[in-house]
This record gives sequence, C-alpha cells and structure tokens, in this order.
Amino acid sequence: MVDPTPIPVAETALAVTGLTVSYAALPVVEGINARFPKGTMTAIIGPNGAGKSTLLKAALGLVPAVAGEVRAFGQPVAKAMPRIAYVPQRAAVDWEFPARVIDVVQMGLYRKTGLLGRMTPALKAQAVDCLARLGMADFAQRQIGALSGGQQQRVFLARALAQEADLMILDEPFAGVDAATESAIITVLHALRAEGKTVIAVHHDLATVSAYFDRVLLLNRRVIAEGPTTTTFRRATVAEAYGNTLLTSIPA
Amino acid sequence: MTADLLQALLFQGGYNAALVSLGAALLGLAAGAVGAFTTLRRRALTSDAMAHATLPGIGLAFLAMAAFGGDGRNLAGLLIGAGLTAALGLYWLQRLTDTTRLPEDAATGAILSTFYGAGIVILTVIQNLSLGRPAGLEGFLLGSTAGMLKSDAILIAAGGAVILALLLILRRALAMTAFDPGHARLMGINTRAADMALLLLTLACVLLGLRVVGLILIVALLITPALTARLWSDRIGVVALLAGGIGAFAGHLGASLSLVLPDLPTGPAIVLITFTAFLLSVLFAPGRGLIARALTRARQAALVRA
Repeated sequence: MVDPTPIPVAETALAVTGLTVSYAALPVVEGINARFPKGTMTAIIGPNGAGKSTLLKAALGLVPAVAGEVRAFGQPVAKAMPRIAYVPQRAAVDWEFPARVIDVVQMGLYRKTGLLGRMTPALKAQAVDCLARLGMADFAQRQIGALSGGQQQRVFLARALAQEADLMILDEPFAGVDAATESAIITVLHALRAEGKTVIAVHHDLATVSAYFDRVLLLNRRVIAEGPTTTTFRRATVAEAYGNTLLTSIPA
Repeated sequence: MTADLLQALLFQGGYNAALVSLGAALLGLAAGAVGAFTTLRRRALTSDAMAHATLPGIGLAFLAMAAFGGDGRNLAGLLIGAGLTAALGLYWLQRLTDTTRLPEDAATGAILSTFYGAGIVILTVIQNLSLGRPAGLEGFLLGSTAGMLKSDAILIAAGGAVILALLLILRRALAMTAFDPGHARLMGINTRAADMALLLLTLACVLLGLRVVGLILIVALLITPALTARLWSDRIGVVALLAGGIGAFAGHLGASLSLVLPDLPTGPAIVLITFTAFLLSVLFAPGRGLIARALTRARQAALVRA
C-alpha cells in the first residue's frame, strides 16, 4: 500500500470566499475572493468607500455578511479567533477611561488569564516587553488619554502583540501618525513577518506600498487585482481601482 | 450634638440606629462599587429609568399580597414586584431602541416617566382603598429608615455581599467590555452577557436601596461616588474600591446625622454627603482638581514668561 501523497496546497492564513456585505440594501463589498498566504504581508488598497474596513470587519465577524465564507488557518474564523489579533482604525474608545497604558496592553492577555486568573509577574513582563517593542515602555503608567494620537496607536498595536497571534489584521495603522510612529510600527510588522506571522493591513499611502508590503489586494467593492506587489501593484491596475490615471509615481 | 453624632458614628446610638447605619453603609459600598462600572459603561441614565420602573411593581406587589390576605408590606414581596417591573422597563427600553429610531436618551426618558406615572397612579388607588391602615408605600420614593427592621438590615447585608462577590468575579470582563466592547468580543468575552450581568447587579443595588434612599435618589448613590473616585485615580480597580468606600462613608455618616437631627431625612442626607465629597474632589483632587489645574497653568505661564 502506498502512503497517500500530501496535496501541496500553499498554506493559507486567511481565505475569503464569495464574501458580500450590505449596509441597508446597498452592497458595500461584493463577491470577494481572496487568499492571504502564511508569512506574507498584504496591503489592502483602494479609494474611500471601496469597502476596505468593511471587508476586514466582516472577515472577523464584527459586521454580518450577506453571503460568503471566511476561514482562518483552515478553520471557521470564530474558531480560529484566538490566533487572530485586530487593530482597529483609531480605536473608538473613551479616552477618559480610567486605564493606564499598561492596563490596556494587559487586556491583550485576557485569553491567558481568563476571568479570574492571576496577572503573574511573567505575564506582566510580557506586557511591558510588548510596549518596549514599540518604544512605549516609558509611558506604561500614563493614563491613555494623556498620549498623542500616534502613541495611542502604538499602545493598541502593543495590545495586539500581547495576544501573540499568528494573523495580525490592522485597519490603517499609519493614518495620522508621525514618521517616528510609522517607523516603529513598520519595524514591528516586518519583525512579525520574519517570525512567520501573517500581516494584513488597510493602507492609504501608495508611495510606501512597495517598500512595506510584499502583496497587495486592490479593492473597489470587488477585488480588482490580487498578488505580489512587484507584479500586481502596477499603474494600470491601481488606476482601475481608483478610477483615474493620475498615478505617475507607480511603475507602469 | 457632636457627642451624639460621635456615638451614632460608633454604632452606640441604640440598636435600631446601628442597624440603619450599618445597612446604609453596606448599601453605599455595593452601590458605589457597582456604580463605577455602570457609569463607565454609560448606563447611568438607564439605571435611573430602572429605579423609577420599580414603583408600579411595588404597588402591584402590595395589592397582590393584600388580596391574598397577607401583609401587603412584606419587604421581600415588595422587592420581587419592584424587580419584575424594573426588568420589564429594561426590556421595553431595549425594544424601543432596537426597533425604533428613537435615540437612547429619549427612549430612556419615555420609559422612566411612563413607569413612574403608572406607579403613582397605582399608589393613589391604594391610598383610596379602605385597607384599615395606611400602606406607607410613599416611603419607597425617598426612603424611610425609621421603621427599618433587623431582617431588612440582614437582607441588605446579604444582598450587598452577593453583589460585591459577583462584581469581584466579573470585574475583568466588565472592565474590558466597558473600555472596548469590540476588542472584548474578539478576546472571547460574551459582551451581551457581561452587559446583562452589569444591569442585573445595578438592579440589585437599586432594590436594596429602595428602603434606605428611595427610588428617586438611588441613582445618586450609583453615579456620584464613581465620578468622585474617578478624580482620584486612573485605575478602574482603584476607582471601584474608592467609590465603594465613599458610598459606605456617605451611607454611614448620613444615617448617623439623620439620627442626631431627626428633621433630616436619611436618603437625601446620604446623597448630599456624596455630592459634598464630589465637590471637594473637583476642587482638591491632585492632577484633575480645579486648584491643581490652576496651579499647573500658572506654573506654565511663569515658565513662558521667564
């Protein structure tokens, strides 16, 4: 008897099949098919209203989908959720909330502590380490409202790091942050990719796509193109997504 | 008078006074600690609507118990009725905000006033029935500690202990749900259940407080200690503990004061003490207080000039 040969499928971190989301009766994204291979870093780009945030939220089950299936690491997303971390676009929290920076990062450890488990010294050290990776260790005791927008963004990324997820999903991580924060965030994301983690980010700055990401998903309600940055991020496809041709900075 | 107050504060003002004082302190502790979470989850107004929605239940429970030949004033029976209509009010509030375009604050106001109006009608009907002796249900509006029984104090103590134990168990889930419900859900917390648990804990505080501060003022015991404590700490655990402490202190001091000054009703006295604590904190709290902020501004202005 011959051993069954393993079928060589590229390992996929996130697989979206036929995903459609509507607000009221209007479809926001339609029939999305996308594969995000393990260990890659994908930029989701497209104009305002293209449904980029909606695609991420629907993939995570935060907004209901009309149709379609989403699987992470071969499992339904709800089941794989412990392996996924999500950083929303400028977290919509009450910035006056009585929480210090370190308290917010420790919330990323909830799956390890549970309802009643103790926040052990090892877990506390891990939270501080996540802050340190983003250059925020000195701010651990600050109340979160006392931070700048870029610093707040770094704290929420540190909270996601604390989850030790295999798939990191970010919604415009660089929106409205200064150069120092952008460089701190991209260093961490590239380190994650080097560890074999998968990164998916909604991205707006077309000038940095090639430097930051190895894959792109061009979106305008439907998938316009998907693939490696070098072959897919081309003037013609980007113009098709954005509906104009004023994109001279992008290779033809 | 000072000597009398001291006696009352040291639980030496007589058996009944000590009961009232202890009951009020335990209520303040539970309501303050739970109120910290209620306020941070932005359910302060909801808790007020819930408190007002207890009134028809109190009246209906009285009528039911009297109709079956029992003592209409049995506290446990009245609280069951109060809890039922408060839960009904919450349910309708949820339905109103889910199924209509009414904004939440308007829906809350509608539920609050409707249930309170219905309660007043029922109480008036009861007053005009010839039941032999007065029902004394008006005491639940603003609290009436005069006839508090040992069993009432035990009920408050036991209820307060259960509330605090549950709060201790649920604190992490409640804090994460209040801070960032979306993230809490992704971390596997059932935020609907957490919200429901918080509302039930708040309702339990309301029910325990009916006897002491009454349904109109109980919201102050939930909100004001929390706001006061927030001025002193940036940590939710510390805020909840401080709020509980402030509530307990206000309950004890208010009950003692009203014992020494018989014209001073207990419930309003407690509420005014919590508000005094709030005012003092607004002025003097380090960092967030008005005086501290004025000093910081003056120092910065001096630096700019130099």
